[in-house]
Amino acid sequence: MAKQKNIVELEDVVVKFVGDSGDGMQLTGTLFSDTAALAGNDLATFPDFPAEIRAPQNTVAGVSGFQVHLGQRKIFTSGDLCDVLVAMNPASLKANLKWAKPGATIIVDESAFEEKFIEKAGYKTNPLEDGSLNNYHMIKAPISVLTKEALANVEIDKKMAEKTKNMFVLGMMYFLFQRNLDKTLDFILKKFQNKPEVVQANQVALKAGYNYAETVEAIVSTIKVGAAPMQKGRYRSITGNIATAWGLLAASERSGRPLFLGSYPITPATEILMELSRHKSLGAKVFQAEDEIAGICSAIGASFSGSMAVTTTSGPGLSLKSEAMGLAVITELPLVIVNVQRAGPSTGMPTKSEQSDLFQALFGRNGEAPMIVIAASSPANCFHYAYMAAKLSMEHMTPVILLTDGHMGFGSELLKIPKVAEMPAINPPLAKPRDPDFKPYRRDAETLARKWAIPGTEGLRHRIGGLEKTNIDGNVSTDPLNHELMVNIREDKVMRVANYIPEQEVMGDDSGDLLVVGWGGTEGMLKSAVGQMQKAGHKVSLAQFNYIMPLPKNTAEVFSRFKRIIVCELNKGQFVNYLRMTLPEFKYLQHNKVQGLPFHVTELTQVFIKLLEEK
Amino acid sequence: MLDKSIEKSPVQLTKEDFASDQMVKWCPGCGGHAILAAVENVFPRIGYKKENFTIISGIGCSSRFPYYVNTYGFHGIHGRASAIASGVKIANPGQSVWVATGDGDSMAIGGNHFIHIIRRNIDVNILLFNNQIYGLTKGQFSPTTPMGQVTKTSPQGTIEHPFITAGLVMGAQGTFFARVPDNNVKLMTEVLYEAAKHDGTSVVEILENCIIFNDKAHADVTSRAKRDENQLILKHGEPMVYGKDNEWGIILKGTGLYAVKIGVGGITEKDILVHDQFNPDPGIHRMLGRMTGPDYPVAMGVIRSARAFTYDDKVEEQIEYAKNNSKVQCVDDLLNSGDTWEI
Repeated sequence: MAKQKNIVELEDVVVKFVGDSGDGMQLTGTLFSDTAALAGNDLATFPDFPAEIRAPQNTVAGVSGFQVHLGQRKIFTSGDLCDVLVAMNPASLKANLKWAKPGATIIVDESAFEEKFIEKAGYKTNPLEDGSLNNYHMIKAPISVLTKEALANVEIDKKMAEKTKNMFVLGMMYFLFQRNLDKTLDFILKKFQNKPEVVQANQVALKAGYNYAETVEAIVSTIKVGAAPMQKGRYRSITGNIATAWGLLAASERSGRPLFLGSYPITPATEILMELSRHKSLGAKVFQAEDEIAGICSAIGASFSGSMAVTTTSGPGLSLKSEAMGLAVITELPLVIVNVQRAGPSTGMPTKSEQSDLFQALFGRNGEAPMIVIAASSPANCFHYAYMAAKLSMEHMTPVILLTDGHMGFGSELLKIPKVAEMPAINPPLAKPRDPDFKPYRRDAETLARKWAIPGTEGLRHRIGGLEKTNIDGNVSTDPLNHELMVNIREDKVMRVANYIPEQEVMGDDSGDLLVVGWGGTEGMLKSAVGQMQKAGHKVSLAQFNYIMPLPKNTAEVFSRFKRIIVCELNKGQFVNYLRMTLPEFKYLQHNKVQGLPFHVTELTQVFIKLLEEK
Repeated sequence: MLDKSIEKSPVQLTKEDFASDQMVKWCPGCGGHAILAAVENVFPRIGYKKENFTIISGIGCSSRFPYYVNTYGFHGIHGRASAIASGVKIANPGQSVWVATGDGDSMAIGGNHFIHIIRRNIDVNILLFNNQIYGLTKGQFSPTTPMGQVTKTSPQGTIEHPFITAGLVMGAQGTFFARVPDNNVKLMTEVLYEAAKHDGTSVVEILENCIIFNDKAHADVTSRAKRDENQLILKHGEPMVYGKDNEWGIILKGTGLYAVKIGVGGITEKDILVHDQFNPDPGIHRMLGRMTGPDYPVAMGVIRSARAFTYDDKVEEQIEYAKNNSKVQCVDDLLNSGDTWEI
């Protein structure tokens, strides 16, 4: 009979599952998260895997991880350091111990700590025995051995039996968090419906893990994370890349313009290409091009032809697309360029995240080639900003760059499911057949957008291209004053978008000692850090920007009400220098990090406190 | 066959329907003028509505073409015409899409897009103005400049093996390849009509004279004095004969083609190869495409026109199938698919 365990109630918990690339940690983490979401927790997840598909087994290079932050309050990030670490082998422990809080609970598969694996991981002595883990709450379980024993009566080969150890450990976690097994049992049943022996093995392993955790003495208490107060509605979990793809599909449906994606696979943006490929039933045409340049050029062709055109990429791909982006600017065609940023320069660190493509997005083209630049700031709001990028692009007849990042793209959050009919309307300025007044560069007086005249439409034959054109008539021209006029119009057109985007919001009081400024994917970390500062009584607020070019109209007003401004970003200071150039009347402090890692909340609060103490 | 998915004009159009109001700024004597004339001849004959033609180009002298024809037109960037045209055709299959490009635009800076549009067999017609030189940048060698030619960037002669356009196109699994000299507008018009009828990517190589930077580059083949002896004008189903009095012919012997004089050494008309442009096997087509002087005539006309499904048709087919078979019929369906829950 198991002893009655204590219950520890926590507001939020960070859990990290780590193991070898082939250990199924991504699936384990996802199932754990889905069950938590069903129990009413708010949550954010982040997978952390190597760039190599299957790096050598049992080495630090081959470690794959999945982190989830769940809470009975609103969760903004996938968490800094973890409270619970599940490590399936010595290498994964070695690689991740630094991400565990002091005193964290660590569950290890003791049976994987054989001498050769310990050595391969780079340990001199067995960490389970040398006292180096004394400051943690260790739960050492011979998981592989126990799984095999549990499956003694299941007709299944040894290799398959071994693979179910992730279900065993998931079962242990379900006991630890007092979760219901039904959802996962049901998942297993559906996933392996044609292989009854595999269903049985996985289900048996899951239950065995749960029962083992209940009896083992090392687990003295269970963890309770209650339901978070959430807006009523229907929810789902979604990653940033999927949300981006769906936001684009929604914009296509709402605008009545068929979606065309021209793209070339590149980490961490490939998932958007794969996802859109699956939705031909919504009319999406997806062209996997021969290279990045063909990706954007085919999209420009499709846009000329009347499609809602998109190209998706990451930093190196954006570099290759530069010339064509200028073509979209001068032809004044709608085009959404999604850049899922990663750590650069060059190939850099493909699976690690950074915000270092902002300058490239703003300025990386020949000539005066301004573009709308928007940044999503969480996995779920990629849906909204992808939608807005498409809307602004079509309504203003100019290309838009949407910046997300690898962290956001791979990370997931809960999305309150919107209704497409309730999203803002999209009205592309289509030219009417036989319009006697049609001219390629005749413009709307308010937006300066030209009309979109789609090939096939009667009476609208016209030519556009990369050579400078006369305003209105659209004939090739090298007239000096016309060129200056067109340069100014193209810029003005982009700047006028400020009349169509929301004002900048501030989290916290709209005046105070310190305004923290961020943009894009750092939102969760900055919100958490500023929230903590506010709770502690500091006069600190946060302005997190999604609209970068143009900036919201009230930006200067927001800045003027704070004694000091600090701009925090995951680069060497690109947004801060853009602000220095755009709004030079303010003094900006900056905090930067370029490690391919997100900010940590504690690191941010330390910076802010130090700043406030300086006076 | 002409494309049934492209709407036909209810009235017979004429050359004037496609005349542009823009001044044609090619040099006097440039081969481009003849190509323009042939296109203006053939578009009314093809018979699609005048709004259903789109011309795409890259950069170079050839690529000013869209400005000179009154259709929907797009003047792109260097080398990318094929990529832009791919997007135009896939997005809007109701358009008859034409690309105007040069030897540098298509086979140097745009080589990748050129081979891939051909491989995919997207229904686009490519007019390849091959003048064997870079004209707009004033006289540097191109990927088709003959080995050893002195140009502004090869003062001692080029040291590069040139591309043979036909070889590249067929190497990329091209389904249609034709070649015409720029001084035979009648043949060019016929060939362009054949290209329009072809389902898939058609490449028409036009041996174009650049009067300023590479004058008479093709004169051995195209000049009035030499053309009868040095051009084999292919016609489907007819023997491959040439010469002023059709006294020469092509035979297949062993694994190669040979140019022979009929009546000499026992050769009769029966020995002469008959052209089959529709043969799916590109073997003979490749050999015809590579023929060059002094031992051979240069093959003109439609060398290859093989049937294969087109990429753009398959796109429509897959979308149709998905629409009829998927549970996801709108984005709301998608948002509510899979795991969702009420709070």
